[in-house]
Amino acid sequence: MATAMFGERVQRLADAKLVRGEGRYIDDIPLEGALHVAFVRSPFARAKILSIDCDAAREMDGVAAVYTCDDLGRLDLEMPLLIPHPSLTEPRTQRPLAKGEVFHVGQTVAMVVAVDRYTAEDAIRMVDVDYEPLEVELDLEAAIQDDAPRVHADVANNVAAQFVQTVGDPDDAFARAEHITKIKVQVDRSTAAPLECRAIAARWDDITGELMVWDGTQAPISVRGGLASILGLDEDKVRVTAPDVGGGFGQKVLLFYPDELLVPFAAMQLGRPVKYIEDRNENFIGSSQERTQIHELELAATKDGEVLGLRDSFLHDTGAFIPYGIAIAQVASTSIAGPYRVPNIWVEFKAVYTPTVLVTPYRGCGRPQACFAIERAMDKLADELGLDRFEVRRRNLIRDEDFPYRRDGLVFADGLPLEHDSGQYGKALDMVLEHIGVDAFAAEQEAARAEGRYIGLGLGFYVEGTGLGPYEGSHIRIHPITGKVYVNTGLTCQGQGHETVFAQITADQLGVAVGDVIVVEGDTGVFDWGVATFASRAAVVSGNAIHKTALKVREQVLEAAANMLEAAKEDIVLEDGKAFVNGVPDMAVTLAEVATASNPLRYAFNEAAKTSTQFAPAFNHDGPALGEGDAPGMEATDYYSPPHATWAYGVHAAIIEVDPGLCSVKFKRYICVHDCGRMINPTLVEGQIMGGVAQGVGGAHYERIEYDEDGNPRNANFMDFLMPYASEVPPVEILHLETPSPLNPLGVKGVGEAGCIPVGQVLVSGVADALKPLGIGPLEHVPLTPDMIFQALGGEKDE
Amino acid sequence: MKPPLFDYVTPESVEEAVAARAAEEDSVLLAGGQSLLATLNFRIANPALLIDISRIAALKGIDVGAGEIIIRAMVRQREVELSDAVHGANPLLREVLQKVAHTVVRNRGTIAGSIAHADAAAELPAMLLATEGVVDVQGPGGTRVIEASDLFKFHLTTSLAGDEMITAVRIPNLAPNTGWSFKEFARRRGDYALAGICALVTLDDNGRCTKARLSACGIASTAVRLESAEAELAGSTLDENTIARAAKAARDCVTAADDSQASTAYRRHLVDTLTQRTVAVARDRALERRAA
Amino acid sequence: MTRSIRKVLAKESSDPRREISLSVNGEAVTRSVSTRLLLADFLRHELGLTGTHVGCEHGVCGCCTVSIDGATARSCLTLAVQADGAEIRTIEGVAPAPDILHPVQQAFHECHALQCGFCTPGFIMSVVSYFEENENPDLGEDAIRDALSGNLCRCTGYQNIVKAVRRAHELMSGEA
Repeated sequence: MATAMFGERVQRLADAKLVRGEGRYIDDIPLEGALHVAFVRSPFARAKILSIDCDAAREMDGVAAVYTCDDLGRLDLEMPLLIPHPSLTEPRTQRPLAKGEVFHVGQTVAMVVAVDRYTAEDAIRMVDVDYEPLEVELDLEAAIQDDAPRVHADVANNVAAQFVQTVGDPDDAFARAEHITKIKVQVDRSTAAPLECRAIAARWDDITGELMVWDGTQAPISVRGGLASILGLDEDKVRVTAPDVGGGFGQKVLLFYPDELLVPFAAMQLGRPVKYIEDRNENFIGSSQERTQIHELELAATKDGEVLGLRDSFLHDTGAFIPYGIAIAQVASTSIAGPYRVPNIWVEFKAVYTPTVLVTPYRGCGRPQACFAIERAMDKLADELGLDRFEVRRRNLIRDEDFPYRRDGLVFADGLPLEHDSGQYGKALDMVLEHIGVDAFAAEQEAARAEGRYIGLGLGFYVEGTGLGPYEGSHIRIHPITGKVYVNTGLTCQGQGHETVFAQITADQLGVAVGDVIVVEGDTGVFDWGVATFASRAAVVSGNAIHKTALKVREQVLEAAANMLEAAKEDIVLEDGKAFVNGVPDMAVTLAEVATASNPLRYAFNEAAKTSTQFAPAFNHDGPALGEGDAPGMEATDYYSPPHATWAYGVHAAIIEVDPGLCSVKFKRYICVHDCGRMINPTLVEGQIMGGVAQGVGGAHYERIEYDEDGNPRNANFMDFLMPYASEVPPVEILHLETPSPLNPLGVKGVGEAGCIPVGQVLVSGVADALKPLGIGPLEHVPLTPDMIFQALGGEKDE
Repeated sequence: MKPPLFDYVTPESVEEAVAARAAEEDSVLLAGGQSLLATLNFRIANPALLIDISRIAALKGIDVGAGEIIIRAMVRQREVELSDAVHGANPLLREVLQKVAHTVVRNRGTIAGSIAHADAAAELPAMLLATEGVVDVQGPGGTRVIEASDLFKFHLTTSLAGDEMITAVRIPNLAPNTGWSFKEFARRRGDYALAGICALVTLDDNGRCTKARLSACGIASTAVRLESAEAELAGSTLDENTIARAAKAARDCVTAADDSQASTAYRRHLVDTLTQRTVAVARDRALERRAA
Repeated sequence: MTRSIRKVLAKESSDPRREISLSVNGEAVTRSVSTRLLLADFLRHELGLTGTHVGCEHGVCGCCTVSIDGATARSCLTLAVQADGAEIRTIEGVAPAPDILHPVQQAFHECHALQCGFCTPGFIMSVVSYFEENENPDLGEDAIRDALSGNLCRCTGYQNIVKAVRRAHELMSGEA
C-alpha cells in the first residue's frame, strides 16, 4: 500500500484561491440588482418603545422598504429555543425586530432595505423611535438580588436557569478534609470577532418558488429547516449554502440572527436579491458574545494535597437572551474538575440575564472559565499547603490506569454521561516541565531578580470534551469520467482545512491522490443530513462518517475491479487512482474506468463511455444491465454517531517577564503539550492550537467587552477592543502526544477549541510567580490588564 | 459604517482651499484622512464639505535647513520617517514616528494633519511641544505663525480659526549637546499610548543640564509640557536621584480621569517610569554627542 | 406570503458623482463614482476585484490593504475620489501570471499561514510591500512581527505568517 495520507503534513487544498484573493465570501457574490439592508438598533439597554415613525425613511430616494415588527406577519415571533433543558425554567429568546420594548443596546428595532448600504445607513437615521428608558443592572452579582431591575419583567432575580450536579458524596469529603482552599475567580466577557463579520444574501425565484440563501453560518442545514418552516416553504425549495466563511469561532452557529430571517423575507417580498453585510460595530452590538462567569470554588484536601472534593457555585452571564440554552454553563460545570480525579463534586450554576448582547458559545465555550477556576484553586491549594504546585497536580491527575474515567453524576453538553476516554496526563505534565526546563528555571529566576528583572513560570492544564453528537454523515461518489472522488458532508468550514483532512481520510481508502478528492460541504443543495460545525467535532464526527463511507466505496471498487480484471477481490490493490492485481501492476483499471463500467450506458458521449455502452465487449448480454439490487456507479452514504464526547487535553507553560515599571508582560517562551488522539494532519492541528493560543492571549490580557453602568457598550470597535496583533502574540512551541480515542474508528479527538482554554491561567500564574518577591496580591480575574497588575502590586507608592 | 453624504472639492492652491473653507463653515480639510475617514465611517463627523488638499503642489516637500526642518502640510509621515536628512537634523522625529500607528497608516497620514487633529493621545503634538516647533497657518486674512505652546487647546481642538489651515510644520534642528528620547506605553503595537514621554536635554561641558524639555501625550486633555519636571532637571547633572525627583514631579501633570485602560494612579505610575527612562536615555545620548 | 406591489427602484443611489481615472493592476480605468464611495467598495463592487476584503471600516484590521502609488494603504480609509490619478495594486495584481503564485503567496501556502483566508490578501499586500521597501529586510522575529502589526488575523496566531515571511525571502533569493 502507498504511504498513508492520514498523519501526513499535507498542504492545504483550499489555499490556492485564497492567497490570490479568489475566495468567495458572501459579499463577493455578485447579485445583479441586489438591495442592501441596514438596521435601526436600540440606543438603550432597556426601554419601552413608545412609537416608531418610518415615514421619512420610506420616502427617501433609493429606499425600497422599511420594516418594523408590525410589518413582518408570521415572522413577528420569538426565535426558537435551540437547546431546551429542564433546568432552563425561564427561557427568553430574541425577536427579529423589537416589539414594544428593547433588551440591549444594539437590538434590532427596524430594518431598512435600500439600493446600497450607504443609502440604507442614511435612512436608518431618518427612522424616529421614541423610547422610554428603564432602569438596568449590569453587575452580575447585583442582578440576582431581589430588588434588582429586571431584564425581563416576569423573570425574578434575572435567573434563567439554575442547575446542580453532584458526583459522589461532597459533604462527606469536606467533612473529612484536612485543609480547605477557597477561591473566587472571574472571567470577563469577550467576543469571537471573526474577521469576516456575519453576512447573508438571499434570492427568491418567482418562477420556481425557490429560495436561495447564502449564509455565513456554521449550521446551514438547521438554518434551512428553520427557514422553511417559518416562511412556510417546502424544505426542498430552500437551499442554504455557506460559501467561504471568514472565521466563525462559534458566533456563527447561533440561529436565528434577525437578519437570517429578515433578509430572505425581504427578498421574497421585494422580488430583488437582498444582502446584509454586518459591519464591525454591528458585530460588537448585535452578534453573540461569551465568557463572563464568577466562580466561588472550594477544594477539600488532605495535608498532602490530595483533593477529596470540590464545590463550585457560579454565575453565568447569558446576556439578554438564552436561545442556545445552558450549553456554556453546562460545559463549564462539567469541566470544573479538569484533569484531576476529584471523586466528590458539587457544582451549581445560575444563568443570569443582563441587558447586554446575547451570549452563546464562543471558542472554548465555558472551558476557559472552568480551567481558570480549577487551576487557580490548585495553585492556591499548593501555596497554602506549602507544596510544589506541579507536585500537587501530579498527585491528583487521572492516572493512565484510571481510563476510562467516569464522573458519574455529571451529564455533559451532549446529554450523555461524562467519561474521560483516554490520555496520558502525567506524561504530558512531565513533558512540558522538562521542555521548559523547570529545574534550571529557579536559578534563572534568581539571576534575573538580581538584575532587577522579574520572570515567572506559568502553567495551566486543561481538558476538553470534543466531538459531540448527535451525528454527521457523508456521501462519496467516484466521478465516472474523471475518476475524481467527490465527498460531501453536512457541516461547514470556516478555515479549519476540512477539505484537506477529509480528503486525506478518503484518499487512504480509495488509493487516490489527495488532490483528486473534492470535498464539498455546507450546501444543503448537495448534502442535507447533519448538524453543524461546533464543539471541536468536525474531524471526529464528520471525519469518521467519511471514513466509514470511504470503506463502503472501497468495497464496491474492489468488487467491480476484481470482476473487470478477473481476479480475486482480496488480490486487488488500490493505488495512484488505479485498481490492479497485487504483484501484476499491468493488470490495472483506473477508478474512472471502474466507475464508468459500473454505470451501464446507452450513449458513448465520450471515449471512456464507449466501454459501458450496450455493444461494448464488457456488456453482459444475458440479462439486465444492472443486476437486481445493484446501483449504478461507485457511491455510498454513511453516518457516524459518537457514543459520547471524547476528551482531549493538554498542558501549556510559559516563561513570562513582567516589567513592574510599566506593569507590562511579555511571553518569553510559550510551550504547549497537546493530545488530540491520532492526528490526521499535524500541520493543521498545530494551526488550530496556535490560533487558539492567540485568542487565549487576547482573553488573558487584552480583550474585554466593556459596558458602562447604563449598559452602553464602550469599546464596540477594533480600536478599543484590543485584539492582539502579531506583535502581541508569542511563538508557541508545540509537543504532541497521541493517545488514540477508543471511541471512534479513526481514534481521533477534536482540537478546534483547545488552544484558547488555559491561557488565562498560564499568564496569571506566570505573573504571580514573577512578582512574588514584590508581594503581589491575589490575581483571580482575567483579562489581567497592566492596570490590574499595578493595583495588585499595591497601587501608587510614594518612593 | 459608510460615510455620510458630503460635497467634495479639490483646490489646487492654498488660497482656493482657504476660500472654500471660509465659504462653508461646516467644512473639513482632508489630507491623509487616516483619522477623518474613520470618523466619517462611524458617522461621528458629518461635514457638508470635504476639501481635499492633496492636489495642492505648494503643500508638498520637506526642506531641511541649517536651523530647522520645514515639513509642508501634505508631507506623509512615512516620508519624514524615512528621510535621512530629517534624521540627521533631528533624530527625535524618526523615534517618535516609528511609534505612530503602523507603516500603512503613516504611508497616508500627514504630520500636519495629525497635529491639526490634536488628539490628546497622539504622539506628534507632544513631539511639537518638546521641540518647541511652530506651525505656519494661512487664513483669508493672510498668514501667521503659531507656536506649539499656543496651539493645543483641548482634545481635538487647536487655536486655529475655523477658516485657517496649517501650511507647514517647522521643527528646530536638534541643538548641540542635546540628547533625545521618546518612549510610550501602548497596549498594542501602534495603538494610542496610555502615556508617552518626549525628552530633550541639553548638557554643558560639565555634564550639567542647561535645558530640559519634556512633553507627554495621553495624560491630559491635550499633549502637555511637563514644566515642573523640567525645572527639577535644569541645572543638575541628571543623576538618578534628580531624575527620580523629576519623574515624581511629572506624575502630577497627569489630569486624565480613569478610563477603561488606565486609572489615573496607574497613568501617574507610567509617567513616572517613562520620564525616568526617557531622561536617562536622552542624557546618555547627549553625553555621546558631546563626546563625538 | 402576500405580495406587495413593487415600488419603482433605481439601480443606484442619487449621490453626487465624479469621474475618476486611475490605474488598477496596470489597467487604465475611468468611472463615475459617488464622492463618498470608499476605495475598498469601489474596487470590490464597481470593478469586481473582491480579493480586497472589508473587515472593520475603521483602519485597524488591515483586510482592505492595497497599494496606492507604491505604498500600502487602507482602502477603507480612502475615498475612491482620492485615488483619482493614482496607481493602485490589489491582491489580484500580485501573482505574475494566472498559473504562477508570487513567492509571498507561495510561502503563505507552504507554511500554512492562512486558515479562513479573509485577512490573507491584506497580509500578502503588507508583506509584498515590506520586501519591496527593504532590499535587505530584517528577518528577525521582532522585526517581522512589527512589520505584520497593522494586520489582524483571528485564525492562525501569526506564527506561520512569520514563518511565511522568512520562506518568501528564501524563495525570492532563490534559496530553494
